[in-house]
Amino acid sequence: MTVYLVRRLLTLIPVLAVVVTVVFLLIHLIPGDPVSVMLGPDATPAQIDATRQALGLDRPLHEQLFKFYARVLRGDLGQSYFLDRPVVTALLERAEPTMVLTFSALLVAILIGVPSGIIAAAYPGSLWDRTLMLGALLGVCVPGFWLSLNFIYLFAVRLGWLPAAGYASIFADPVAALRYMVLPAVSLGFNQSALIARISRSCMLEALQQDYIRTARAKGLSTGVVTWVHAFRNALVPVVTVIGITMAILIGGAVVTEIVFNIPGLGRLIISAVLRRDYPVVQGVILVTATAYVLINLAVDAVYVLIDPRIRYE
Amino acid sequence: MSDAAVARSEVVTRNAAARPSWLARLARNRNIGVGAVILAVVMLAALLAGVASTHDPRRLNPAERLKPPSAANFLGTDEFGRDVFSLVLYGGQVSLLVGATTMALTSLWGIAIGLIAGYYKRVDLVLMRIMDGLMAFPAILLAIALMAARGPGVGNVIFALSVVYTPRTAMLIRSTVLSIRELDYVQAARALGRRDLMIAFRHILPNCVGPLLVQASFIFAYAILAEAILGFLGVGVPPYVPSWGNVIASGKNVIREAFWVSLFPGLALTLSGLGLNLLGDGLRDVLDPRLRVQ
Repeated sequence: MTVYLVRRLLTLIPVLAVVVTVVFLLIHLIPGDPVSVMLGPDATPAQIDATRQALGLDRPLHEQLFKFYARVLRGDLGQSYFLDRPVVTALLERAEPTMVLTFSALLVAILIGVPSGIIAAAYPGSLWDRTLMLGALLGVCVPGFWLSLNFIYLFAVRLGWLPAAGYASIFADPVAALRYMVLPAVSLGFNQSALIARISRSCMLEALQQDYIRTARAKGLSTGVVTWVHAFRNALVPVVTVIGITMAILIGGAVVTEIVFNIPGLGRLIISAVLRRDYPVVQGVILVTATAYVLINLAVDAVYVLIDPRIRYE
Repeated sequence: MSDAAVARSEVVTRNAAARPSWLARLARNRNIGVGAVILAVVMLAALLAGVASTHDPRRLNPAERLKPPSAANFLGTDEFGRDVFSLVLYGGQVSLLVGATTMALTSLWGIAIGLIAGYYKRVDLVLMRIMDGLMAFPAILLAIALMAARGPGVGNVIFALSVVYTPRTAMLIRSTVLSIRELDYVQAARALGRRDLMIAFRHILPNCVGPLLVQASFIFAYAILAEAILGFLGVGVPPYVPSWGNVIASGKNVIREAFWVSLFPGLALTLSGLGLNLLGDGLRDVLDPRLRVQ
């Protein structure tokens, strides 16, 4: 296990190197002169030159890249032009809402997705199966951000059950935090629950066809015990993979959900940074989210070994 | 006829007798049928927008703002008095243009990168690390960052989404190439002295078509959705261009008074997604039985 984890950590190095390089190259994708674009039309040539030198954009490309790597390794992501503080500080201030939203949505997705998939698989071809799978198909196709708007209209505007938008920190006021988080988490998690339901169903179907399930049935165990105790654990491995993939989609989806529900997280930070051409913040947000995603997948791989002792990484 | 040819023709006949041709199986698959019909309706509506629309989608008419659906405006009007029905029809053009072009570009780039990586081991290592790195970004965030650099516009949206989705296709083609290049008939072609490019196009690429079609239909769906998300966030096509995402975004501001502004473009988006997902599921069942979800 330790050897595997160390090896797996080593494979992260090239991936993260590419991530950092892509983030670095973003500035160079700006059409024309990036500095003029950043400073806007009112900048004087002297200001443009000064900024170019300050950003090191007058140096050769490889030198810029090398310096960028060095800065990132030191944990320095630059200075935000508009927020007047280091990018790292801005990211830390905004990370909590995004993390709370992402994990709440993941919880919703698992709580809806896994049981739906298992029930559908336990009674294949039944009305339950067909209804749940039709729901899952629609769930995959419904755009999450549009679903959010419809939820706001229904549950906030029409019924008045929940607030339409806003955020409260879970540490400051847990009850208010929960009320604010229900709609965003459900609308973000719903799409992914559909994906998880489909995969859970097909993995469960496969598990239920194995010999040891027939043996379990033959010795007189109830359907419930066979399904939940014997088949479920073996169907879990691919489902965990999907949950890993789901995290990437949820982190991306959180950006959009934050805009709809006015949640002050990383999503709102990056969108306002894009509109203000605050490139260091844009770079910081995508660097941090990509790194987080890579580390989450590492954790998912480690979880495999825990749930399936047959997997041995040598 | 040589022995080999006789044997081959026997195998072909036996296979043909054992199961119907892929074309017959395509036609018989219910998912493909329903998906294709839905997609055809959406495409037709978008292509005929010039004829079918009742109003100019860009014409502002403040006197008629936020009118509910009626005989004059089938799907109501938005906060600027624009006709939502016409906006949805014209918006479909942008969505389908972005979706289809992104699909075509990712397929082309994916084939090129996947073939090279699957064929040349030295380049493979470098190319696949780059693909891994690109796939480490949550898709929509990378698209947002690319749009931040390139600025709003249909061309830039297509560029951003192609960069985001190409690695998935490239990985798929590479894995197909890797499994096929070791098969006997490819080895035989190599022993006959065929050149790499010839082998790639005549013997390997045709085997990639099935998985590629499946992948392409899903990428079409992702791209349409991603375009709408970028538009909704205000970083996609410029706000004055009617697109589903832009209309939903303008509906967000008036959701309390006029739910219909965001409702109908969202339905169109859902419908397109449904059509493409059904099509993709059906194609996968027929063309790529290994990936089949039970």
